[in-house]
Amino acid sequence: MSIAKPDAYKNSTRQKALIATGIIGLFVLVLSLFNFESFSALTLTASLTLIVVSICGFAADRYLSKPAGIKNNGVWFKSISSKGFYGWLTGLVLTLFYIVLYFYPHFLGLGGKGKANSGLVAFFDPLSQLLNGNPASQWFVYGTLYTIAILAFGYKFLLKYRHNRYERLRTYSVMFFQLAFAFLIPEFMARLNSDSFSLPYYDLKNIWPLNYYNFEQYRVDSFISAGDIGLALLIFGVVSIFVITPILTYKYGKRWYCSWVCGCGGLAETAGDPFRHLSDKRQMAWKIERWVIHSVLVFVVLMTTAVIHSYLGDDTSTYWLTKGTFLIMVTGFLSLIFILTMVFKRHELGKDARYGAIGYVVIITALIGMHYFSGSNLFLFEAETLRSTYGFLIGAIFSGVIGTGFYPIFGSRVWCRFGCPMAAILGFQQRLFSRFRITTNGGQCISCGNCSTYCEMGIDVRAYAQKGENIVRSSCVGCGICSAVCPRGVLKLENNSIKGRINPNEILLGNDVDLMDLVNQK
Amino acid sequence: MEHVVIIGNGISGVTAARHIRKLSDKKITLVSAESDFFFSRTALMYIYMGHMSFENTKPYEDWFWKKNRINLKKGFVNQINTSSKTLHFSDGDTITYDKLIIATGSKPNKFGWPGQDLNGVQGLYSKQDLENLEVYAPDNKTCKRAVIVGGGLIGVELAEMLHSRDIPVTFLVRESSFWNGVLPKGESAMINREIQRNGIDLRLSSSLKEILSDDKGKVKAIVIKETNEEIPCDFVGLTAGVTPNISFLKNSGIQINKGVLVNRYLETNMTDVYAIGDCAEQRDPIGNRKTIEAVWYTGRMMGETIAQTICGNRIPYKPGHWFNSAKFFDIEYQTYGWVHGKKGKPDYEQHFHWIHKDDNKCITIAYHKDTQIFLGINTFGVRLRHDICDKWLTEKRTTDYVVQHLKQANFDPEFYTHYESDIQKAYQNTFQTIES
Ligand SMILES: Cc1cc2nc3c(=O)[nH]c(=O)nc-3n(C[C@H](O)[C@H](O)[C@H](O)COP(=O)(O)OP(=O)(O)OC[C@H]3O[C@@H](n4cnc5c(N)ncnc54)[C@H](O)[C@@H]3O)c2cc1C
Ligand code: SF4
Ligand code: SF4
Repeated sequence: MSIAKPDAYKNSTRQKALIATGIIGLFVLVLSLFNFESFSALTLTASLTLIVVSICGFAADRYLSKPAGIKNNGVWFKSISSKGFYGWLTGLVLTLFYIVLYFYPHFLGLGGKGKANSGLVAFFDPLSQLLNGNPASQWFVYGTLYTIAILAFGYKFLLKYRHNRYERLRTYSVMFFQLAFAFLIPEFMARLNSDSFSLPYYDLKNIWPLNYYNFEQYRVDSFISAGDIGLALLIFGVVSIFVITPILTYKYGKRWYCSWVCGCGGLAETAGDPFRHLSDKRQMAWKIERWVIHSVLVFVVLMTTAVIHSYLGDDTSTYWLTKGTFLIMVTGFLSLIFILTMVFKRHELGKDARYGAIGYVVIITALIGMHYFSGSNLFLFEAETLRSTYGFLIGAIFSGVIGTGFYPIFGSRVWCRFGCPMAAILGFQQRLFSRFRITTNGGQCISCGNCSTYCEMGIDVRAYAQKGENIVRSSCVGCGICSAVCPRGVLKLENNSIKGRINPNEILLGNDVDLMDLVNQK
Repeated sequence: MEHVVIIGNGISGVTAARHIRKLSDKKITLVSAESDFFFSRTALMYIYMGHMSFENTKPYEDWFWKKNRINLKKGFVNQINTSSKTLHFSDGDTITYDKLIIATGSKPNKFGWPGQDLNGVQGLYSKQDLENLEVYAPDNKTCKRAVIVGGGLIGVELAEMLHSRDIPVTFLVRESSFWNGVLPKGESAMINREIQRNGIDLRLSSSLKEILSDDKGKVKAIVIKETNEEIPCDFVGLTAGVTPNISFLKNSGIQINKGVLVNRYLETNMTDVYAIGDCAEQRDPIGNRKTIEAVWYTGRMMGETIAQTICGNRIPYKPGHWFNSAKFFDIEYQTYGWVHGKKGKPDYEQHFHWIHKDDNKCITIAYHKDTQIFLGINTFGVRLRHDICDKWLTEKRTTDYVVQHLKQANFDPEFYTHYESDIQKAYQNTFQTIES
């Protein structure tokens, strides 16, 4: 159906002025590439302030002038949010930025090897000096802009959903974790480091496998050499994976991480919010999603195992953890999970069980291969090659260039949905061992499709809701937007008993009971 | 192989087709004059407002129909010959059936107003209506003012739609307060205020006298009956209810009244011809229900029922407790059981009403004045659990019980403020004053 693009959604003069303000701020950043002598800390402050004022001012003008409520008016008409000219342009600029950031940081003015920074990176030196006492790097520039994006667009999100307390709390949470854990704390940790003391400072909430390099030799070495604090951090890293994560996911679903804590999720929920409806809802996309994300998971497990394996010794007398013991531990752990799942949850998994089995077999075969080919080679690849390939393909191309650069084209959670191995693990747990579900409200669904449209993970929520079936999907990040946009009060995210969580019957209330029984006969 | 033909690809026809496919291998043909594929009529407003694309409103992907061997045919049936079991299409085509399900839905009411067929005057029901709306009211330059006639659920949706494109709206409501035939006084008054808060020019106790034409056959103004006031406008939305869309059945021998007359088994007077959804009219009302129920879920339930009957398990249509929901601008509304407004309220029905000071949340609980038994509940701005309310109705709980356990039924998102204790306090106060 052709719907004319109405011009009721043109920006007002005030809004245009606010957008211009932000563009000037960004333009100053671009100008800094040309090394103007007169650019100072003050210029940087001014530029960043202009950007923040622009985003927050625009948000206030847009949302506070209207009563609180769901206001997605014109989302499909505006060029930026409906894959129009501005959408593609934004996508292109972001993608280029990521490519330069990851692969050509010297274009941004990164110094290094005794050379001082210049350009954009140097422009951020004063801020970096202030926080961590060192000159900036391209990652510092990126981290600063990233944090500003989450905070400013977070403010926009807070206004947009000001009637919804779940959305508000969740947004305060991601804003806090980004500012404190991802940005400030690592900078302060860096400040503690000196020539005699070096701690690998990092974003503590960044858990393996998202933080795929956490167990590399240089990091583990420096953790250990940093004494008690370092050891505590290393232990915290391991405990996060095996204890904290499973407990929280059991109690609250993967949302505790994906939409309350995680930085990737944080950006998707704030700056990415205007693009959430662009996610692909087709069943085909779901199939691809499951293959891709689980392949990434297999890849990261193998890569990490190979990397750790490569620096462990063979001699039990020097250290109890040898190559052999380590491989046996990994194999044992994976087998245990595999067996438990197959014994207790087989019927819930259905066809997925087959894919699980394939993944398991691949990993175990590879582990055995690693053992026999021993040394540093996993088949033909060096552990280090494996790691750098992962870093390039998954860490840079997938999570950065495609994941964020393509927001305006594929929607905001492409990385979280197709690529993130952390999401795969949490999702597996959420699907099988968690109290979280989205409850549907009897027969109230009118199949309007708002929920599916605004699900950033491309889940066809309506397909469940219109059958009165709870939504228990591994990919659901619990953003709560489906529940917020539903005009009939059909969906509620909740943590409740495991029993009756999955109800694959067509239970539609309002019907006479005998008919319900008949309909549910298979 | 038996051929089941269904006229109408709305929720009722589609549900029937899906369930017949689940239960059998019969040949199924789904006919529609409106759209190639099933879409959600309830989402029409969101397309115009830019919340959703038309594609988003389709509950099933396009491959679904072929995969499930449901043939789709686009065309308008203008005649049915029940003796030769043949459908005649307006383009001359024909098909024969073994079993026929009529699921043709509704059309907007037109009460013979002068000028009701002018350009720029229309209802809001079909995809075509939406396309016409894009012609006559795409923005506030083409349409300097719109007038909506008829204060019901579709009227308020249309008002919200036009308002989303900054088109000034005058909303004529015949009743003295919005939808007060259905809603109790307090609720209806709150919705009046919500409509006005959103900048709609709400005219209560105002009905349409006539629609005036410009020299090109397009609407230029309307006249209000009560005051003779003339309001210039470029668009008139007729939303004074709907009637079954069955004029093509006139000479078919199938008995019709307002709708297609059916018994509890959804059978018409002709063998092998059934009717479901908006267009079906029960010969005898079921409980408190109207004989024609133009709502989404009853269409779905009739579709499920008829599928059983057609597949050899003849069962009656037995809807459970009444429920429904809607949204008035930013205020969601749910109802379970019966809470009557002015119209048809039985003598024994009494109400407890609570309204929040923010004027955007309220509830009304209806109960039997002698037995205190809970009859139904309306909520505005608070979501309730369907299964719990349904259970209370079945178990015939008392109002005291319901008020005390209200929290169990709360379905608002996590961390929302709860109002149960406020409501309980108000409830106690009301009853103390009555007793003293
Ligand atoms: C804007 C709007 C909002 C609504 N919101 C709600 C809501 O929130 N909750 C709720 O419960 N209900 C709502 N309703 C009512 C609900 O949509 C209807 O009750 C429901 O769609 C009826 O379904 P049906 O299958 O009986 O008929 P329809 O959906 O009307 O389908 C009938 C189909 O048959 C076709 N047809 C008719 N005659 C012929 C013919 N002779 N030949 C070929 N094809 C023919 C029509 O073109 C149409 O496609 C709403 C309705 C509208 C218009
Ligand atoms: S769950 Fe709500 S938003 Fe989703 S289709 Fe049903 S009524 Fe619409
Ligand atoms: S299903 Fe709902 S809560 Fe889950 S990711 Fe999709 S929109 Fe968010």
